[in-house]
Amino acid sequence: METFMQFFNDNLLLIYLLVFTILLGFEVISKVPTVLHTPLMSGANAISGVVLIGAILLVRQTRPDDYLSLSLGFLAVAMGMVNAVGGFVVTDRMLEMFKKKKAK
Amino acid sequence: MVTTFIINLFYLVGAASFVWGLRLMNAPDSARKGNFIAGVGMAMAIIAALIEPISGAFDNFAWIIGGLVVGTAAGYYAAVKVAMTAMPQMVSIFNGLGGACAVILGLVEILLIYSGEREASSSALIIITLTIIIGGIAFTGSFLAYGKLQGLVNDSAVTLKRHGLVNMLLLALTLACGVFVFLQGAQGSPMWALIFIGIAMVYGVSFVAPIGGADMPVVISLLNSFSGLSAAAAGLIYGSRFMLIGGILVGAAGTILTVMMCNAMNRSLMNVLIGGFGGGATGGAQGATGSQVVKEISLADAAILLFYSKSVVFVPGYGLAVAQAQKICKEIDDQLEANGVEVRYAIHPVAGRMPGHMNVLLAEADVPYPKLLDLDDANNALQNADVAIVVGANDVVNPAAENDPSSPIYGMPVLKVWQAKHVIVIKRSMGAGYAGIENPLFFHERNKMLFGDAKAVLSKLNAELKNQ
Repeated sequence: METFMQFFNDNLLLIYLLVFTILLGFEVISKVPTVLHTPLMSGANAISGVVLIGAILLVRQTRPDDYLSLSLGFLAVAMGMVNAVGGFVVTDRMLEMFKKKKAK
Repeated sequence: MVTTFIINLFYLVGAASFVWGLRLMNAPDSARKGNFIAGVGMAMAIIAALIEPISGAFDNFAWIIGGLVVGTAAGYYAAVKVAMTAMPQMVSIFNGLGGACAVILGLVEILLIYSGEREASSSALIIITLTIIIGGIAFTGSFLAYGKLQGLVNDSAVTLKRHGLVNMLLLALTLACGVFVFLQGAQGSPMWALIFIGIAMVYGVSFVAPIGGADMPVVISLLNSFSGLSAAAAGLIYGSRFMLIGGILVGAAGTILTVMMCNAMNRSLMNVLIGGFGGGATGGAQGATGSQVVKEISLADAAILLFYSKSVVFVPGYGLAVAQAQKICKEIDDQLEANGVEVRYAIHPVAGRMPGHMNVLLAEADVPYPKLLDLDDANNALQNADVAIVVGANDVVNPAAENDPSSPIYGMPVLKVWQAKHVIVIKRSMGAGYAGIENPLFFHERNKMLFGDAKAVLSKLNAELKNQ
């Protein structure tokens, strides 16, 4: 308990960020109409490609002779990028079809 | 100083663009712009991560650029090539790769701790074990979801007896391994780290295994939220607030979507996860067997009925997606509209295999979205409709959900098609729907059946309409 309270006090700003982001996420999404659920899910999925940023930072800090970490890092960068690029492109393809036409 | 400022600004604008982009995705008119803005935010963050000054960094840009190029090519190719009907599978795979990426980050970081290159603080160890558990579940769970949606994996083939208990034990084992790796700290061995990762991944498979195909929308959304959370956890490893915000946003979005879908089915998330649907469904089958009569309608009669209606409501389901019948549906719509018939579409929140699956398919066929009605509007429209045509949907139009307390889907809001003056159900056979539940609608006095593949039947119907 002591350590927990210590952690809480030390990282207060981070915890604020966490709480407000969660609330923001709920607030932004809860108004989305059913029509857009699939593109939204797919768009959010693309955003989860942010893990790619971590992979880039990892490879940059890896020793150039540590081939295991470099290979794994390369794989991580590639997979994260597939998640991000694929996600955004697929979402764009879906949304391209949602053109408003005058109902006769 | 200036560089640091610019980089921090890039991250800030990138994170804000995610929020703004998601906000714009609230309306069909601005959604595409929202997606684009979120994409630009991601690009800015990638640039910032590449030029960010890191003390003692080796950069290894060749490896990074290589990964970015390979990932971009593969992701772009897959996204452009995939058929609209296979969209749920594709999203599932992308999601799984995001989870896999997080697992690799966790693995490398823990190996670096063992080799003494990273400090073994307890907060770092907690974050790494969390990243591995959540990312591992998102990784293998998404791939199994892909297998199920693609029809490669049969539900019963991967479900064990007492699967709920097995899952509980596996989860406990995963957590125990995580605690063990955490307690060992810098003294741990790579072998145990690998065992831990392996068990987390096995749990991911087992977690998704018992969940029926009809519940896949809920699961994909949940796994999406997991991969977001794993990205957020990985963000803590690298002290990246940008990753934290992006990941948490996805986690929150996925959670809300999951809850919204569960509410639409009037079931708890727990109930979906246990996979109670298929197996325990036998109880609802009684009362609708044997002697009752199913009436068929001929194509010509159906065409005449439609042609002289004032208002027609299509009720699409997964069968429409499987038969790729959305375009022919639209052709019939056009013919009827030209004749002054009002045509609309009733979309159940969980029709298809993904939230909003039907909307995407119909949008592909150029159906203007104001014609797509959600549950409440659709039920109002059905009361005044002359004909309701059910195309490949079953459980979402089952009256048992309203009036048979013994039915497993009792209490789920459904589309009350039987309130229309006439109902035509297009269906391949009298077989039960995905949930394995008998549908009394087929025996309803106002209902007539048109047996056959949705696309074949609708094409013939379209031809008949041309003769009118």
